[in-house]
Amino acid sequence: MNHPTTDRQARLKQLGTRFSWQDIGPFAAVVALMILGTTINPTFLSMANLTNVFTRSAFTGIIAIGATFIIGTGSIDLSVGSMAAFNSGMMIIFMNYLVKTWGATWATILAAMGLAMVLGIVGGFVNGFVITKGRIESFIVTLGTMGIFRSLVTYLADGGTLSLNLSIRVLYRPVYYGTLWGIPIPLIVFGLVAVVGAILLNKTRFGRYVLAIGSNYDVAHYSAINVNRIRVLTYVLQGLCVAIATIIYVPRLGSASSTTGLGWELEAIAAVIIGGTAMKGGSARIWGTVAGAIIFSIIGNILNLSNVISQYLNGAVQGLIIIGAVLLQRTGKE
Amino acid sequence: MRRTIVTLTLLCLVTLLFVPAALAQDKVVIGVSIPAATHGWTGGINYWAKVTQERLKETYPNLEIILVTAGSAAEQANTLEDLYAIHNIDALVILPFESDPLTDPVEMLKMQGVFITVVDRGLTKEGVADIYVAGDNHALGRVSGEYMVEALGGKGDIVVLRGIPTVIDNYRFDSFMEVVEGTDINVLDWQYANWNRDDGFQVMQDFLARFPKIDAVWAQDDDVALGVIEAVKQAGREEELFIVGGAGMKEMIARVMEADRLIPVDVLYPPAMIATGMEVTALRFVSNASVLGEYILDATLVTPENAHLYYFPDSPF
Repeated sequence: MNHPTTDRQARLKQLGTRFSWQDIGPFAAVVALMILGTTINPTFLSMANLTNVFTRSAFTGIIAIGATFIIGTGSIDLSVGSMAAFNSGMMIIFMNYLVKTWGATWATILAAMGLAMVLGIVGGFVNGFVITKGRIESFIVTLGTMGIFRSLVTYLADGGTLSLNLSIRVLYRPVYYGTLWGIPIPLIVFGLVAVVGAILLNKTRFGRYVLAIGSNYDVAHYSAINVNRIRVLTYVLQGLCVAIATIIYVPRLGSASSTTGLGWELEAIAAVIIGGTAMKGGSARIWGTVAGAIIFSIIGNILNLSNVISQYLNGAVQGLIIIGAVLLQRTGKE
Repeated sequence: MRRTIVTLTLLCLVTLLFVPAALAQDKVVIGVSIPAATHGWTGGINYWAKVTQERLKETYPNLEIILVTAGSAAEQANTLEDLYAIHNIDALVILPFESDPLTDPVEMLKMQGVFITVVDRGLTKEGVADIYVAGDNHALGRVSGEYMVEALGGKGDIVVLRGIPTVIDNYRFDSFMEVVEGTDINVLDWQYANWNRDDGFQVMQDFLARFPKIDAVWAQDDDVALGVIEAVKQAGREEELFIVGGAGMKEMIARVMEADRLIPVDVLYPPAMIATGMEVTALRFVSNASVLGEYILDATLVTPENAHLYYFPDSPF
């Protein structure tokens, strides 16, 4: 019935519209915010400031890439901010311990990075395992682990702050502050994680299964997809993303306390949703998430660069800009 | 079935955690209610409360000290009820989460005949507290401002990083501004940094990008000051400015002791004030000393000369 050419044209057209709004939308919002920032204070466009803003978005951005998969399946993970704090604390304790025997060497730092990865994978697996085997809503399980990780770091720090041994700090510092070909290392890591995330989501069977579970759980189940396994894997992936974020976070201030990573989970979830991923799952966009994380970082920066509006209203302005950015992005759609 | 057993076991374990120690009835029981250790300063409060609990128990065998922490104002009100109903306390030492919501619950205990000591944040009703021990938030702002004026010779450009929007923060900020206002010191801008290192780092990064010349930074809090230091280092502008924090964190006191150019002084708002409250309350029961009244602790300016007096390496804060 369908003529092959018209069918192809229709598909192309469909691709075209999707391309122009759902993929470009968040980036349009980024550009609009950058214009707004420059209008308010020309310093915004200075290289130093832009570097700060983009580098800052790396932590929640990397975490948000993991969150894109979880939200893609229609679940949620509230524990990521606390998990990042706990991982940071463990890394610091581990390095302070190793430095006594191994000294301030890269071996010490690499071992701590390995520990962070293991903790991330284990933490994510526990979340996923309890959710799937215990058949409990992900909201409840991760709300529980959020509290557990948060109080564990408070306990480890005796309610105070864990600080990294100074000699190790000097060595580790470039992982946050250093650059490669003029690009800050956190940004390079963020970019790599995003590329890997995009390939996983768009080019692999795992990515298709994630979205299949999100669009219709039962259909996915009856299509012989091992739903539980895929869901656990998304949480492991999220844990890994948290670990990577931790690895570049620790050298920034060389400390962890109970306020570390506070509210990151909400920022990550918001970045995912602003980026065009559906809260109920079934569709997900990695590059949208990247833009979402950058949008968040720019908003905070713009507020600090101006005092046109009373600082007491910062929260309100932030709220308005977020809603505005999403509106701008969605109006192009039907 | 297996599920039920697992659940029951878990419940039993949790219950065991909360079984109160057996209490001797002839002892004087002092209940101490403080906020849970959620950030550096409250961590210090917890540390000093524990240290003082041990010291008092050893020194006065007839004193029983019950220490409870709470994560919110509502939870703290609940712990007060438990302290009275279960432990039958004779005295209460409390560092209220917030003044307003805890005034009534504390007054209820007062009406039952419990001796009341309030630390740091005052209650909103007169006559409830028998003893009031507090740091001086106005003085913290004033002392910081006076140092700033002196160190800058009365003129210069500064930025201010405030805490969390609260009454405490307003007292500090308003008193600071009062001192600075009559001088040629120009406050370029202020922003909230929420007594948090990461926020201190980010706000300072933005201030540094925005203002080409900054002579001094009032960070008001030592955690924020640590974040500010990193931002200043990253921008390579250590030579151009100095930073004044506040509270008395050991890392900062150490820097002052070493005469760090970036951190020339610190202003105290010591978490050890909970120890003062507990000790004075204990005196009420073990001696004839007259203790009723208000105790306002100084916001001492810590300089390289006196820093060794305020350095506690064992404290987490």
